[in-house]
Amino acid sequence: MVRYVLRRILYMIPTLFGMSLIAFLIIQLPPGDYLTSLVANMTSNGQTVDPAQIAKLRQIYGLGDPFYIQYGKWIWGIISRGDFGYSFEWNQPVARLIWSSMGATLLISLLSLIFVWAVSLPIGIYSAVRRHSFGDHVFTFVGFLGLAVPNFILALTLMYLAYRYFGQSVGGLSSPQFEGAPWSFAKLIDLLSHLWIPVVIIGASGTAALIRILRANLTDELHKPYVVTARAKGLPEHRVILRYPLRIALNPFVSALGWVLPHLVSGATIVAIVLNLPTAGPLLFKALVSQDMYLAGSFILVLSALTLVGMLISDLLLAALDPRIRYDR
Amino acid sequence: MSDSALLAAVVADDEEGPALTVLRRSRHAAAASIGPWRLIASKLLRQRLAVAAGCVILLLYAIGGLAEFLAPALPDAARPQYTYAPPQPLHLFRTAPNGTTQFGPYVEGYRIAVDPVALRRSFVADTSRPVQVALFVRGPAYRLWGLIPMTTHLIGPVVSSQPMYLLGADRLGRDVLSRLVYGTRVSMSIGLAGVTVSLVLGVVLGAVSGFYGGVVDTLIQRAIEVVSAMPTIPLWLGLAAAIPLTWSPLSVYFVITLIVSLLGWTSLAREVRGRFLALRGEDFVTAARLDGAGEGRLIFRHILPSLTSHILAVVTLAVPTMIVAETSLSFLGIGLKPPVVSWGVMMQDAQNIRTIATAPWLLIWPALAVVLAVLAFNFFGDGLRDAADPYGD
Repeated sequence: MVRYVLRRILYMIPTLFGMSLIAFLIIQLPPGDYLTSLVANMTSNGQTVDPAQIAKLRQIYGLGDPFYIQYGKWIWGIISRGDFGYSFEWNQPVARLIWSSMGATLLISLLSLIFVWAVSLPIGIYSAVRRHSFGDHVFTFVGFLGLAVPNFILALTLMYLAYRYFGQSVGGLSSPQFEGAPWSFAKLIDLLSHLWIPVVIIGASGTAALIRILRANLTDELHKPYVVTARAKGLPEHRVILRYPLRIALNPFVSALGWVLPHLVSGATIVAIVLNLPTAGPLLFKALVSQDMYLAGSFILVLSALTLVGMLISDLLLAALDPRIRYDR
Repeated sequence: MSDSALLAAVVADDEEGPALTVLRRSRHAAAASIGPWRLIASKLLRQRLAVAAGCVILLLYAIGGLAEFLAPALPDAARPQYTYAPPQPLHLFRTAPNGTTQFGPYVEGYRIAVDPVALRRSFVADTSRPVQVALFVRGPAYRLWGLIPMTTHLIGPVVSSQPMYLLGADRLGRDVLSRLVYGTRVSMSIGLAGVTVSLVLGVVLGAVSGFYGGVVDTLIQRAIEVVSAMPTIPLWLGLAAAIPLTWSPLSVYFVITLIVSLLGWTSLAREVRGRFLALRGEDFVTAARLDGAGEGRLIFRHILPSLTSHILAVVTLAVPTMIVAETSLSFLGIGLKPPVVSWGVMMQDAQNIRTIATAPWLLIWPALAVVLAVLAFNFFGDGLRDAADPYGD
């Protein structure tokens, strides 16, 4: 088991390296750099720009260096001292900005994941056991809608409905009066009342997909001889289903963690922009548009690393759950 | 009778042999002459949902193809006096002053009412000024496909200066229906173009990976792993933000197509690789190899055709992802930009809650179009996959 875990972690290193290369390549793609957009901004505002000062700034930030030197400096800073570079726009180290918004990002992603599982498990079992019943058709229909409606359209629609029928604005994670207030029970309640909307929206398509997967897998298992045996020996129906076929049908459920997590993280990005949540999404978007390259690149890298960790966890869970999966090849 | 037996009978149709003669005389004589594509088509036609979805897809492409003719107005024709004018319901029968009712489609004109308390202007239907509507009317001049000059529109007001906003108007008083029709062309074609690029990338890399195996396979598989593990939307955002603002709409269109397709090829490459791994050891491949067929011929003439139907299904299921990607990027303002009209560009106008509350039709119609297209492709792709599977029934 330990060897398996070690090998999996070793495998992650080249993948992470490739991801960091892609992330850096992307932020280098736009013509010009942060300073050129800064200069353009200042001149359009009527300010004068001293070319000597700009040249000096460019040298300090190392923006004149060739691509591989910039990349080398950046990646070495991360490996050796956890330094993700400096955000030009915020005048802060990138690391501090990232950790401050990662909390909310992780919270929302994890809550969405729990929502996805908590909802799709009972519905999936119901749909498989009562196949082609009225309830199954309803859930299938809703599920298809959940898959077909893009996250941000769902967000906009919910925002509109909440505004129209409850007169409530649903953006953000806290009401204005709790902004910056110390933690209290009332603030927690307020947070929860805001939190459920992004969680439901982000989790919608994942839930729909998992219901379909569980339904298909459980249906396959339900007709196998061992289920008949369990029934024949007089087990009550709920034990027949929960004890044996469900355990096997759950495997894809666990391995789904590997793809549901990246799905949730990337879905959260755009929903967060629409709903104005204090997560990584809006910050990343702003950084990309203003060519704040180290911030943007580090965000993409950290989000990618997060999904890799999700895949690792799902593989390990699967290996632990399913005795048919061997640790050593 | 299994499909492979049918196939064998079709392939070896002109050979003489006892087994085949028996087959031809059996009660399946008619079925024996059916080719694999006919089999797939007949299986597909049996699924009503997939057929309906296919019709919707065809309809959407037809709308996109004939956008100029179908749209009552030009997509950029702004009329500031009708800012956020609400949709007008289309009435089919007109009541004449003497009480008789006859066929004569019309919409009610607008009158501006001012709320005395809030001092807010709003449009109300003016029943005294009906706008007569007809089919095949003369309207604003356009060039069909940018080539043929025409003035006929499928539907429109008889007097072309009168307002007709069947689905409402936007911030600049442009007709939402016309923009929706033009947007269909862009949004649907970007899905198709994007999928073509993914198809080429996915099939070539997947085929090479599965056919040769070894180091090439490992390298390509690693690359796929890296790309597919990266969170899609941040990656799209990063790529799309790199497009310079000064580029022409056409080049932006092509770059966006490339971006949405760049991440779609991985799943296709995986599928193709898996099939290639399974098929390269089959007897017919060995036979072709012994016959002296080159590697290119082996890949393209012998192995690929046996998974075409499967690829087709996977490709159909990939189109909606591309459409959603384009819509999301354009909605955020880093995808397609005006004057190009796509569903996403239309929704860009509906970004804040106040606009949506004033003019919900700005969100509803493009959103419905996206959902309809995505659902149609999903149902059709599902049906196609079931039909292309020789073992399922």
